[in-house]
Amino acid sequence: MTRDEPRTLLHIDWTRCDGRGLCTEILPELLTRDDWGFPLAPRHGSDVPVPDRLVDAAVEAVALCPRLALSLLQR
Amino acid sequence: MNEALWALGRSTGVVALALITVSVLLGIVNRSGRSPAGLPRFSVALVHRNVSLLATVFLGVHLLSLLGDSYAQLRLVDFVVPFLGAAKPFWLGLGTVAVDLLIAVVVTGLLRRRVGVRVFRAVHWLTYLLWPVALAHSIGNGTDAGQAWFVIFALACVASVGAAVLWRLTPGFVEFRSVRMEQRP
Repeated sequence: MTRDEPRTLLHIDWTRCDGRGLCTEILPELLTRDDWGFPLAPRHGSDVPVPDRLVDAAVEAVALCPRLALSLLQR
Repeated sequence: MNEALWALGRSTGVVALALITVSVLLGIVNRSGRSPAGLPRFSVALVHRNVSLLATVFLGVHLLSLLGDSYAQLRLVDFVVPFLGAAKPFWLGLGTVAVDLLIAVVVTGLLRRRVGVRVFRAVHWLTYLLWPVALAHSIGNGTDAGQAWFVIFALACVASVGAAVLWRLTPGFVEFRSVRMEQRP
């Protein structure tokens, strides 16, 4: 792992995610929506690296997810 | 002073019902996953939460201001145990049921991450019981239930929630629903 790589990961639990779109609104730099409304982080799948400046927004997204499908991991 | 508390008790009850009605409407909009009038979904979710909390505060004032009122003859036990009231026990009891349900819905809502999705959703469904029970209490117990302004207010509440529930039951209610269904073999 290089020094510049973010230590915080936004984990998406796909068994819970219902594609309600709140996280994609709060983290537009990190997540887009696929054709079915689900969050999509190009090249990252279920564990999306969160840059330091977006950690606060990611905490908000975790708190507001209506399906509790998001969590933050540290690596 | 007694008159002032009486007026406060009545008005806060009406305001609490109005706020609960708005919260139900916002909750249904939330569930659809759609952004109303281009507003961000997360902001609607936050307003839904805050309106509910505001309703809880008004409900608290409603209860406390009527405690010790000579006509309502409330006792503390009537805040939590329904149908024991001295005056109009049935209609008062509906108010108590609504209070109990609101406490359950608000607490599990605030502790969503603690109690988990299943408990949160199961308890949150009780709102569909809470709202009509609260409305029935306001009609059956409310001093102003016969007034024209209250009838108009109650009809507006019923019409808006009724329309929202009908929308909730339509197949196209959830955003992306049609696209998601198309992809099924």
